[in-house]
Amino acid sequence: MIRLEKRPQPSRAWSMATPLVAVIATMIVGGLLFAALGKPPVEAIRTIFWEPLFGEFSFYYRPQLLVKGAPLVLIAIGLSLGFRAGIWNIGAEGQYIMGAIFGAGAGLAFYPSESFLIFPFMVLAGAFGGWIWAMIPAVLKTRFGTNEILVSLMLVYVAEQFLASVSLGLLKNPEGFGFPGSRNLQSWDAAHNAELIAGTGMHWGVVAALIAVIFAYVLLNRHMTGYHIRLTGEAPRAAKFAGVNPTRLVLFCLGTSGALAGLAGLFEVSGPSGQISIDFNVGYGFTAIIVAFLGRLHPVGILLAGGLMALTYIGGDIAQSNLQLPAAAIQVFQGMLLFFLLAFDLLTNFRIAIGKPEVA
Amino acid sequence: MKLTNLLTSAAVALGLAAGAAMADTTKVGFVYVGPVGDGGWTYEHDQGRKAVEAEFGDQVETVYVENVAEGPDAERVMTQMALEGADLIFTTSFGYMDPTINVAKKFPNVKFEHATGYKRADNVSTYSARFYEGRAVQGTIAGHMTESNIIGYIGSYPIPEVIRGINSAYLHAKKVNPDVQFKIVWAFTWFDPAKEADAAKVLIEQGADVILQHTDSTAPQAAAQAAGNVITFGQASDMSEYAPKPRVSSIIDDWAPYYIARTKAVIDGTWESVDTWDGIGAGMVGIGEISDVVPADVKAAALAIKDAQANGTYHAFTGPINKQDGSAWLAEGETADDGTLAGMNFYVEGIEGDIPQ
Repeated sequence: MIRLEKRPQPSRAWSMATPLVAVIATMIVGGLLFAALGKPPVEAIRTIFWEPLFGEFSFYYRPQLLVKGAPLVLIAIGLSLGFRAGIWNIGAEGQYIMGAIFGAGAGLAFYPSESFLIFPFMVLAGAFGGWIWAMIPAVLKTRFGTNEILVSLMLVYVAEQFLASVSLGLLKNPEGFGFPGSRNLQSWDAAHNAELIAGTGMHWGVVAALIAVIFAYVLLNRHMTGYHIRLTGEAPRAAKFAGVNPTRLVLFCLGTSGALAGLAGLFEVSGPSGQISIDFNVGYGFTAIIVAFLGRLHPVGILLAGGLMALTYIGGDIAQSNLQLPAAAIQVFQGMLLFFLLAFDLLTNFRIAIGKPEVA
Repeated sequence: MKLTNLLTSAAVALGLAAGAAMADTTKVGFVYVGPVGDGGWTYEHDQGRKAVEAEFGDQVETVYVENVAEGPDAERVMTQMALEGADLIFTTSFGYMDPTINVAKKFPNVKFEHATGYKRADNVSTYSARFYEGRAVQGTIAGHMTESNIIGYIGSYPIPEVIRGINSAYLHAKKVNPDVQFKIVWAFTWFDPAKEADAAKVLIEQGADVILQHTDSTAPQAAAQAAGNVITFGQASDMSEYAPKPRVSSIIDDWAPYYIARTKAVIDGTWESVDTWDGIGAGMVGIGEISDVVPADVKAAALAIKDAQANGTYHAFTGPINKQDGSAWLAEGETADDGTLAGMNFYVEGIEGDIPQ
């Protein structure tokens, strides 16, 4: 008889090993899936994981990994703070949108000025946009005890309507022949979040993501607020006795994650994307939830997980184009990653025992 | 611009290598905004791709990537195709416009074709279809067929192309049925079966017995079938699985002739940047078979409109037409110019409601 036995202590070894095991399991089962579709499995896996890093055109793909990974990491870092304390911000996608709208709007208000102050002002406005959007579920939770999961998620759809509205009205490019979408910020130097060194993919959003990783690491390990976050997540009752103020914690966690998501939106709209349009958001806010968990809610883990997700996106597109793998198969492949991670996580707290249970 | 140089030299190097290795193969890339199985917009572009393969056989190699988000992802996918040696790349969504222009700058030797946009370059052409001609046919059928005199319209995004379709359908429904009224719901999506089904149900509840859609899934057809006495039209693709009822006809995008012609131009070395806007006459807009649910005289009237547009004797926007606010737009006998049509951002007189801002 096979059964699960609770470990007296969570296994540290498994906790470290599960992400790696999950990646390997995904490769194996994904390979089987690709084989079932009649595609060469080894070639497909190699294309997804190897081609962007070391393939013929890696000089182009490597910088793209930064472009794709930076917003994921930036958002996931913010989310991980709240997740650790049991505060569930599911609406980062909405905060990302509002950050982009506020940031781009703040800049476009001064078009066509070439002042060097415009970009910093946009950064502040972007962070503010995300922060204020996250404050709605935060205040509702602390004031009226509403569920922040539902409120933050629903506000994503409200933000999407705002996005459509400003694309068609307030921020619409006056020289756009009536088509929706704002001016392209890439062609306006004062507002363009350009590559810091051409050809590297390194833009301010990547810098911000790296700073956020360091900041979160220091916060969690060296700072009282970080200690409170961890304590609240691990032992809520003890946290109460230790004098943690839950209201302040909720405001801090949701506010920080909102501001970081807003920043991610601003850096995206002023850089790689270039313009506010109806379909500006592509799901970074939701994917970042996977990244946060894949990275074990640990800042360094999130950095690696963001890189891994970016790799599967870029490699997945290459596999589609070169091997004609369907997009759905790539999405299944990415979904497997989270599925296996959660499945193997079981082994952190449980062990598989064979035989009859011992009589206590 | 270091990256530009790097990319260009890589493209040149690759072009040389490719030229030596497989001088006869022309590589054609397609970037799709939806899944190839959407049964509508992307499906028809993919049919065009297959037609190119069938036409040229071993002379061409086609590749595609589906579900590509508009923005940086599209730019990356196009760059990737160009790096991998594509000679011609079709980018099949309006939102790919700026990415297409950006990538085209880096690869001057690769030809790009952007659907439904307005920005061109030496190596970027644009192409679109005069779907409003098909809407005129639909409007004619809808005006005759409705008994409640309420026609529902599922809009995708309030962009000129969609507004043009609404105006054209309304004008022709009104022409055969002066009591007709349009109810318009904006879904803010090109493809989302759940949202489209909701929109259709709302319209049916409001009394609409004809549903026109500018979204790509068959969900509204299914909703109409469930409701019973409601008719619909296939969008982008024939959607004949819902014929003869609720689907009584359809607008079919037929990109195959254009894709074949443009691929041939690249093979022959005669490709030039052009702006193509073809309609029923050129075969880019097809009218799906009008089913037997439609009475013979209505069918004849619809086909007359279709033929008149095909041979150029009739324009869907022929005056007198006023704008929604009552101001004059086209005088008696005057036809709309392409510039106004391309940027159309107003309803014609008689349509109720506002275009979302």
